[in-house]
Amino acid sequence: MNPVNYLYLAALLFSIGATGVLIRRNAIVVFMCVELMLNACNLAFVAFSRLHGNLDGQIIAFFTMVVAAAEVVVGLAIIVSLFRSRHSASVDDASLMKL
Amino acid sequence: MENLIALLIAAPLLGAAVLLCGGRALDRTGHLLGTLLSLASFAFGLVLFTDMLGKDAEERALHQHLFSWIPVEGFQADVAFQLDQLSMTFVLLISGVGTLIHIYSIGYMEHDERRRRFFGYLNLFLAAMLLLVLADNYLLLYVGWEGVGLASYLLIGFWQHKPSAATAAKKAFLVNRVGDMGLSIAIMLMFTTFGTFAFGPVLEATGDTGEGKLTAIALMLLLAACGKSAQVPLQSWLGDAMEGPTPVSALIHAATMVTAGVYLIVRSGAIFNAAPDAQLVVTIVGAVTLLFGAIVGCAKDDIKKALAGSTMSQIGYMVLAAGLGPIGYVFAIMHLVTHGFFKAGLFLGAGSVMHGMNDEVDMRRYGGLRKYMPVTFVTFGLGYLAIIGFPGLSGFFSKDKIIEAAFAKGGTEGWILGSVALLGAAITAFYMTRVMLMTFFGEERWRKQAAIASGAGEDYQEPHPHESPKSMTIPMIILAFGSVFAGGFFSIGDRFLHWLEPVTAHEHGHPPISAGAVTGATVAVLVLGVAAAWLMYGRRPVPAVAPRGSLLTRAARRDLLQDDFNHVVLVRGGEHLTRSLVYLDHSLVDGAVNGTAASVGGLSGRLRRLQNGYVRSYAVSMFGGAALIVAATLLMRAV
Repeated sequence: MNPVNYLYLAALLFSIGATGVLIRRNAIVVFMCVELMLNACNLAFVAFSRLHGNLDGQIIAFFTMVVAAAEVVVGLAIIVSLFRSRHSASVDDASLMKL
Repeated sequence: MENLIALLIAAPLLGAAVLLCGGRALDRTGHLLGTLLSLASFAFGLVLFTDMLGKDAEERALHQHLFSWIPVEGFQADVAFQLDQLSMTFVLLISGVGTLIHIYSIGYMEHDERRRRFFGYLNLFLAAMLLLVLADNYLLLYVGWEGVGLASYLLIGFWQHKPSAATAAKKAFLVNRVGDMGLSIAIMLMFTTFGTFAFGPVLEATGDTGEGKLTAIALMLLLAACGKSAQVPLQSWLGDAMEGPTPVSALIHAATMVTAGVYLIVRSGAIFNAAPDAQLVVTIVGAVTLLFGAIVGCAKDDIKKALAGSTMSQIGYMVLAAGLGPIGYVFAIMHLVTHGFFKAGLFLGAGSVMHGMNDEVDMRRYGGLRKYMPVTFVTFGLGYLAIIGFPGLSGFFSKDKIIEAAFAKGGTEGWILGSVALLGAAITAFYMTRVMLMTFFGEERWRKQAAIASGAGEDYQEPHPHESPKSMTIPMIILAFGSVFAGGFFSIGDRFLHWLEPVTAHEHGHPPISAGAVTGATVAVLVLGVAAAWLMYGRRPVPAVAPRGSLLTRAARRDLLQDDFNHVVLVRGGEHLTRSLVYLDHSLVDGAVNGTAASVGGLSGRLRRLQNGYVRSYAVSMFGGAALIVAATLLMRAV
């Protein structure tokens, strides 16, 4: 199958993620959309790796996964503390730097 | 001998210090001390003069270096004096006439309780004026220049309880300031051009300096001369300066201080010789002032103001002569000296008349005074004959030479300047005859005035004209002698010419018409002027109240609208200028500053809205930014 199609898929996934980040209110869903964008990038990297015939893209994909895992830890912790303090997981409710 | 020069100045300076700081203890003797020190200065002057006469013409200049005033690397200012023939002439005139006027003031100011202070100021004036003419560099001259300005201010405003006197003093000071500015700029220009301001180096270096720079320096010097010597356009202060006591008018505003401008021009002759354009301006200023003063003098009913107009006009002659270059310098100074005699004499005579007439100055309230004041009449009359240039008297010799030199300038300019000088001579004869007739001849109008005033219930005391005391008449007699004989003494054998020639240089002018014709024309216009005045004021009775007069008469009574001109152009102009500057400041400068502040404030208000706290809007700007970067990258690649 033509590897370029994977790039189209990656672009589609990235767009869905970006739209989600912009329009959803629920912090968890926004977070998931961010993950979706990261993974769309990973897919693009791997596809490019295949297209160019070297392994650079695949290595970077690993790095991205590590960073994403770390981000999940921090991000979920923030969301949990946000929910605790405001009793809501809506990002719009957290528009102020104070409680 | 050199050491005497400093004493010339030190004597009156000591007098000023003692009299002004001495306090009331000196009230009874102060005037004698002041007169004595002035006399001492004159005596030193005579000693130096006889010493100078004993030497050859080329070796007569004396120099005395007193001390270094400002010794700085590249800037050397010394207190040093130079006594050459030109300074000597002035020293004798200043200290001689000054001493006579001191003596006169003893009588004139007898009833003034501030007489001690008056003599202190007079001594201060003498010291400053002597410093002015003895300085050997322009910076020290400037000190004297300011000193006489100060003395003039103090003496014009001596009766400061009169608002008119206080205002006149202020006016004289302010107008003089304009001229002083010219002198200070000239000195700065000299320093940048020549690196020094000592007379010797500056005047010798004029040969190899650009004409443009010399013209600038010369015009600034002319501005200074205009201020001090009351020449158009800075003439407006002299008429009002007559508010001062009459001896002051005689000494400062007729014989000496107002001639300082002529001294400055003649002393800086080398600069003017190298700047013909500036010389032309000098002659024009002289010619215009000559007519201006004469016309004003014709219309004034105040005897002192008529004489002030005459002073202005006579100094116009001197400035005109000084502007003619080497053909005129000597005659400018000669006229200056003879004018010093007869004008001081005339002013002292006017003071004597006022003394006998309850300080009345309106000539329309005089008349027929020759019977009551014979000495004043004779001395004033001799001064009168001298100033109009009656053949044989001082003014005849000196003025005739100037008219001749004006014709000798050559070309159309020569004809114009010569004709103006002749016309001035005719007007001089007219206004002086008018003064003479209104004061000493005709009916005794003061009697009638008393009758009118008592009928109207006015507070007018009928004067009892009487001759003045000896202390006043003797100086007048001496000055009358000078007025009669000085001109002849100077001219016979060209004595004055040979005396001054080593300093000022001299060229014989060649007038297009013969000297005899010029003299004939001078006498003819003199007769014409006297006859016209006699027709108007001698044959017909003089009205006690001034008639309305023609447009020119009314303008001349208002000093040819000089104050109105100054008011409209300078005062109003200044007001408009400041107002528009304030407007510009508000709209442009403040506008720019306030506008910047307002636009920064507005912009930050808009930027603040972006920071709304919603994660989503931050994300949009982030996506937008990323999209922009991607778009830009693609665009660059496509290009």
